[in-house]
Amino acid sequence: MKEPIRLADVSRRDRRPLTHVENRDLMRLPPPLDDPAADRAWAQLSAQVTAKYECGLDDTCAVSVPQPGSREAEDALVAKFLAGLEKLFTKENNWTFLQPLVLTMEHCAKCQTCSDACHIFEASGGDELYRPTFRSEILRRLYFKHVKHGGLVSAWQHGDIEVNWPLVARLIELSYRCNLCRRCAQTCPIGADNGLVAHELRKLFSQEMGIAAKELHETGSMLQLKAGSSTGMTSLVVKDNLEFIDEDMSEKTGLKVETPWDVEGADILLIHNAGEILAWPENPGAFAVILNAAGISWTMSSDLAAYDSINYGLWYDDAQFARVALLHAQAAKKLKVKKILMGECGHAHKALTVVADRLLTGDLDVPRESSMTLLRDLVVGGRLNLDPARNDFPVTLHDPCNMVRLMGVVEPQREVLRRICPQFREMEPHGVDNYCCGGGSGFAIMSGHNFPDWRFHVAGRKKLSQILGAFSDCLDPATPKYLCAPCSNCKGQFRDMLAYYDLWERHRILYGGLVELIVNAMVDVKPGFIDWEWR
Amino acid sequence: MTAVLYVFVYAALVVFVVASAVRAVLYARMPMHLRWELYPVPHEPHERLKHGGSYLEVPDWWTEPRHVNRVAEVGWMAREILLLKGLWDANRRLWFRSFPFHFGLYLLFGSAGLLVLAGIRTLGAPDAPATPIGQVLHAAYLVTGAAGLALGIAGAASLLHRRLTDATLRNYTTPADLFNLLFFIASFGLLGAGFLARPAGSPGPLALVVGLLTFDTQLPVPSLLAAGVIVASLLVGYIPLTHMSHYVAKYFTYHYVRWDDAPAHGNRALAARVAEYLAYRPTWSAPHVTADGRRTWGEVATTNPAQGTQK
Repeated sequence: MKEPIRLADVSRRDRRPLTHVENRDLMRLPPPLDDPAADRAWAQLSAQVTAKYECGLDDTCAVSVPQPGSREAEDALVAKFLAGLEKLFTKENNWTFLQPLVLTMEHCAKCQTCSDACHIFEASGGDELYRPTFRSEILRRLYFKHVKHGGLVSAWQHGDIEVNWPLVARLIELSYRCNLCRRCAQTCPIGADNGLVAHELRKLFSQEMGIAAKELHETGSMLQLKAGSSTGMTSLVVKDNLEFIDEDMSEKTGLKVETPWDVEGADILLIHNAGEILAWPENPGAFAVILNAAGISWTMSSDLAAYDSINYGLWYDDAQFARVALLHAQAAKKLKVKKILMGECGHAHKALTVVADRLLTGDLDVPRESSMTLLRDLVVGGRLNLDPARNDFPVTLHDPCNMVRLMGVVEPQREVLRRICPQFREMEPHGVDNYCCGGGSGFAIMSGHNFPDWRFHVAGRKKLSQILGAFSDCLDPATPKYLCAPCSNCKGQFRDMLAYYDLWERHRILYGGLVELIVNAMVDVKPGFIDWEWR
Repeated sequence: MTAVLYVFVYAALVVFVVASAVRAVLYARMPMHLRWELYPVPHEPHERLKHGGSYLEVPDWWTEPRHVNRVAEVGWMAREILLLKGLWDANRRLWFRSFPFHFGLYLLFGSAGLLVLAGIRTLGAPDAPATPIGQVLHAAYLVTGAAGLALGIAGAASLLHRRLTDATLRNYTTPADLFNLLFFIASFGLLGAGFLARPAGSPGPLALVVGLLTFDTQLPVPSLLAAGVIVASLLVGYIPLTHMSHYVAKYFTYHYVRWDDAPAHGNRALAARVAEYLAYRPTWSAPHVTADGRRTWGEVATTNPAQGTQK
């Protein structure tokens, strides 16, 4: 029996983790992974790591905040945190999300309906630390005490909590135990948003204290603003890589494949997640094949950041978010395109199409569109010559949260799959009720220390269960199966998680994008575009 | 004594209306935030609403007239407000406790409205209560009032039971949460007991309302009923000062956040508001933000901290 975790425990001065998760505690997976004893063991944090960083939350460490070393340094950090907390609730500093944040702070009924909707809470076996309201309740108490300057009556009404460095350090880590999928918010009877709370906490830590996950900030948005892409690719390198991909695709498909660059007046500016170019080159290659075959006027841009759709600021920092969104729009304006087309990347879809919408006014008001919509029109409209028999293997679809629940692009990708994949089957639940892949909000690229163990065992567990469920009738490795994930970050999570559980070797479950399936079905393309090789 | 009772009732109503309005104005005057909608959004046309889709599924959506189905939105709201549809879908066990409580409040609200109507009719024509319409009104406010009190007490007691016995709620239950539910039970219990136990010939609900409307301080209100009215009045004035004012908040969380999918494209009024926000001067301290309290949000957003240049 686990020791119950109380809210007050986050202020505990010892550095002992508040919780420890054993495999036997976790939500049970379906066959063939239904034996907890046979589940993968977690790597332990090393003594050096726990001596150097703040790891007092749970079994892992996502942000690697250095231990301050002295009480004075701790106090200075707490003062900074409290200053940031005040700023979070002023319109000058946080007009971008002030209203929904205040509504969430002031009106949660603490009914815990949201908990049942959270895949992390469920997968953890109901660990209190991962309850969506746990971090929100801490912030709520801090808000009433330190922002509204409540006294005894306020403490009676809203509860009290002691703010100290251990609390701040644990809250930093805790803000990175949420995928920001907002499934919890969808079920809240009041409309409170615990996903937003994690988002706003991350912002406070980044924008005031300069603390963020390294993969999101230093080697993420900062690298993108410096080199042009979080992959580190400069415009010269990316063009070189695309040229290589074009050659490879030409050979593979038998069609002449060419990626146009910086074409002024093209109809469409296509922006990929640049990670595709390095990790899954067949995805940008397939886009080129499709767009060229359909006679679309399109281009890519070699301007700074304009060849990488990622916008990690979406997950932790408004300033970084706005900067990248503006660069994307400026590139489109410069090329005088009619619209920006988002490649297969969920967070990039939502970032530029929805969340940045109100930042891109006036000259920068360039329409943005999901590639799912265009692909549906090309497939259903008969502009491509397709043979569904080429895709006659089991296919299921993962819905990226950013594309469905947070943007409402649900049906186009399904229309494509129904048209070209005879054995398409849905996961349950799906569409706007989907579950996150477990890599959302940046987790897919965060692999420090033993964080992947947590990412696969806890954050990705519900999705893993769904995948196994969708293919339960054909787990035999003799039948190759395709998990379609039209999102680069989700694919990153699947690549790592399926490998972690050896599901390619043992059950021939492959993952990939939507465009690969379309090209695989194109009659004019040499058969066998999908390689059925692990990557 | 009766005059004091009236003061409590009127003061409670004033506090309720003013505090609720102040809260609504405060929320409404906050800056428009970045889009943060959640699907399904009920004002989408039926063919998209059935799968939770948005206008972003339409090719070149900005060239098409946008159809906003307000009827569907109102229908969704009605089911949510009256039947707690969201809770029914997401947390059925809680619905069986919460719905009676909330529906009881609606019935009491309706009963009060009917009583005021009956009171006004009585002021206009003293024999109005004896007319057929008066008799129907009498039965209606009695039935809705009694049902409202019974459901309200049962629901509040059930919610209190959950708060006290469900270990998962322990972290999230403050003394005020328990007090609030007890407050409801006490108010409704006293009101019901005061009505049932009043001596023969003493004023009933209609006489009390007529007395309130005419400020008839000579009305001999029985002590227990008076206590019920005073405690209930305190409750009415207390609610908007707490998180229970979600009847206000919910309008904003749904219409201003979840369902606010209005595109900025071609919207000059929206652009003007954003321009105002871009002139705000943030004071975030992290160096990469480059905010010093003098530079505007717009300047910060067009600065590239990785290249050391301002664009």
